[in-house]
Amino acid sequence: MSRQRPADRAAARTSDTALVDARPPRPLEPTTPVRRPDHPDRTELDRLVDWFDARTGMLQYSRTILSKVFPDHWTFLLGEVALFSFIILVATGTFLTFFYVPDSRPVTYTGPYGPLDGAQVSAAYDSVLKISLLTRAGLLFRQIHHWAALLFLGSISVHLARVFFTGAFRKPRDINWLIGSGLLLFALAEGITGYSLPDDLLSGTGLRIMYSAALSIPFVGPWVASLIFSGEFPTVEFISRLFVIHVMLLPGLLIGGIGAHVGLVFLQKHTQYKLGRRREDNVVGLPFWPGQVFRSTGLFFLVAATITLIGGLIQINPVWLYGPFLPYAASTPAQPDWYVGWLEGLLRLAPSFEPVIAGIRIPAPFVPGVVVPGALVTGLVLWPFIERRITGDDREHNLLDWPWDTPMRTATGAAAISLFVVVTLAGANDVIGIFLDMPIETLTGVLRVLVVAVPVVAWLLTYRLASHRRDRGAPSGGRPRGIRLRRTASGGFEEVEGA
Amino acid sequence: MSESPAPGQTAHEPTAHEPTAHERDARGERIAGSAFLVSLVSGVALLVLYILGGQTQLEGVLLTLCLGGIGVGIIVWAQELLPRGEDVEERHPLASPVDPVGVPRPLVIEAREGSDEPVHETTIERQAREQEELTASTHLITRRVALIRLLVAAFGGLAAAIAVPLFSLGPLPGRSLFVTSWRPGLRLVDEHGKPVNANDLPVGSITTVFPEGVSEIADAQAVLIHVESGLLRLTGQAAEWAPGDFVCYSKVCTHAGCPVGLYNDRLHELVCPCHQSAFDVLDGAKRVAGPAVRPLPQLPIRLQPDGTFVAISDFPEPIGPSFWNLDIGPVS
Repeated sequence: MSRQRPADRAAARTSDTALVDARPPRPLEPTTPVRRPDHPDRTELDRLVDWFDARTGMLQYSRTILSKVFPDHWTFLLGEVALFSFIILVATGTFLTFFYVPDSRPVTYTGPYGPLDGAQVSAAYDSVLKISLLTRAGLLFRQIHHWAALLFLGSISVHLARVFFTGAFRKPRDINWLIGSGLLLFALAEGITGYSLPDDLLSGTGLRIMYSAALSIPFVGPWVASLIFSGEFPTVEFISRLFVIHVMLLPGLLIGGIGAHVGLVFLQKHTQYKLGRRREDNVVGLPFWPGQVFRSTGLFFLVAATITLIGGLIQINPVWLYGPFLPYAASTPAQPDWYVGWLEGLLRLAPSFEPVIAGIRIPAPFVPGVVVPGALVTGLVLWPFIERRITGDDREHNLLDWPWDTPMRTATGAAAISLFVVVTLAGANDVIGIFLDMPIETLTGVLRVLVVAVPVVAWLLTYRLASHRRDRGAPSGGRPRGIRLRRTASGGFEEVEGA
Repeated sequence: MSESPAPGQTAHEPTAHEPTAHERDARGERIAGSAFLVSLVSGVALLVLYILGGQTQLEGVLLTLCLGGIGVGIIVWAQELLPRGEDVEERHPLASPVDPVGVPRPLVIEAREGSDEPVHETTIERQAREQEELTASTHLITRRVALIRLLVAAFGGLAAAIAVPLFSLGPLPGRSLFVTSWRPGLRLVDEHGKPVNANDLPVGSITTVFPEGVSEIADAQAVLIHVESGLLRLTGQAAEWAPGDFVCYSKVCTHAGCPVGLYNDRLHELVCPCHQSAFDVLDGAKRVAGPAVRPLPQLPIRLQPDGTFVAISDFPEPIGPSFWNLDIGPVS
């Protein structure tokens, strides 16, 4: 192909576009003349790509990665939303770090917020008020950071539920379930350390409760608590310690863990739903470049835009209203961020029970604050191995289950979610009590019944519904098209029956 | 664009409800391009709003439009302007083979859609095909020059938006580089806050002095030097500012801002330890050696009857290292 007249080029363009729309498997240009230097359609960017390739051989090496196929389904975007929330958290968090002062030494507040004028507050709290009320765009970025944290935990949770209910955690991806559970715990710790940093009255109360839970660890509690908090609560050192954990230790662990998590998805290739041509031994979807790169980049900006809109318009954690942390004060109603409510609810639900056995006292917060959360988290982390023990299924799985395919697993997941909801509601029993005009003791009694009854009912009901759905037959996903061939040891081919 | 469809394209006769591929293509470009323009405009608007004083809710909305425009544009691009259809890839067993040479694993090859013929393809052929496809699909993107220009512009808008938080990092310099904390009547004190006294300072001595009762001392630091009688070669006002053979210069080097801490009392030279600039104490602290250019500014002082010193005014010119608008004066 040599020089073309403009009219020919227009015609070539049109037919090229028509090809794109006709949707054959590979509707692209017939050959590869685009890279030839005399091709009339070459653009500046083509030349830039060639310039880079001539110096790095990038196209050759990245070919395998770039043409890798990723199954496309909206539920596969949930993990991406979590990743993008994390990127937004790092970006806005870096901005906040320039202004935040991790110091609990007292200073006298002299800012624009009148009610606190002349009050003794910590330097940390003072700096958060400066960010919120004096730094331009400071409040916007602080609120985006907080909302992004809520979305980070939220999208991780929904992503986790998707992986759970579709059985995506089965061999060979049980290893990635372990990494993912670790990421969930790091993210939880990031959230808790993050909202404790402003050193306001609410976050100080939360730290005090965590200190009490640490004290209840059998026998070594006081020593562990003293190591974590650098002495008896509250200590001057703790804010700066919390800061290092929040901005260095946990982000480092999260970045490493996310790298491994996503790297394993690349290595093991993504799972896919039982639809169309999809089988255990193939991957059907969009190529990484350009399809997935474009969609994911677009999604990143949409996630960023959404969080920015919420962060710009909806107030969150107005710490100037809560006031500075004072060891002798607590506010009511006191509610943590949504992902901590279940821990708070467990403490509120537990009965008044503190037995002394042979002179050894078992503190009241021990069972609801340490044992039960520990057992629930352990069950979550080890679920792939628990399920394997129950089903005896040790095969590799690349096709996803529908939730009704496995009533036992789906029922267990539904029970866990319902337990989480009831316990989280119990964490807000003071607010609900006011709302329902019900004495707190009565409400707690009701919730104690519900915390057992609701998960049991949820399990039975889900099991029943799922079994029913399964027995009615799977939805028609269409017969796989094409034939399967197997290459024999001698080099010939034979058709695989029953594909 | 209202070109008629290509001659070969007769399978789908265009109707009022079914736009041609070409029209859809043009529409996609229009929507994506407009979204990128929204990003550019709102990014710049955010910068303007910020300079005007800022407002949290408006900032949020504008940043949302800036980010969302890029997001919508790229998604529209992906949905409308990229080739559709799915790829199929084989999965290979993950575990390493037990025997390094091994029995050949059965290789399952997918038949191409719409055909029962299996595809035979060597590794070299597959690599060549992948390379071809990659180049071709990349060209489908690079050929949209106008849209790419708009995308670059949208990222320019985003860059403007990102400049907003950067501007919060520090105040405008204003007059800060042109003034120090010396004020008329402030006494000269040592590093312990004790007023220095002429009777305690023998000839040849040098003392670092600060304005009394002021905490911001970095730019106010000065050296008070007692020289032998009659050696000072100062004229005019500068001579009046050096009472009783005492002369006071800024201690901040005019080269790179180090404290000029070394004094050679035989040559009467102040020497900066960082880059070895030397200043002649007898001649208005003019530079005699090293990379510095400007003399150390002289602090106007008066000797009180009780032997203490007070400043007559701030330094007559900016102290410390040079900057581009030093001779023009404060810009903002």
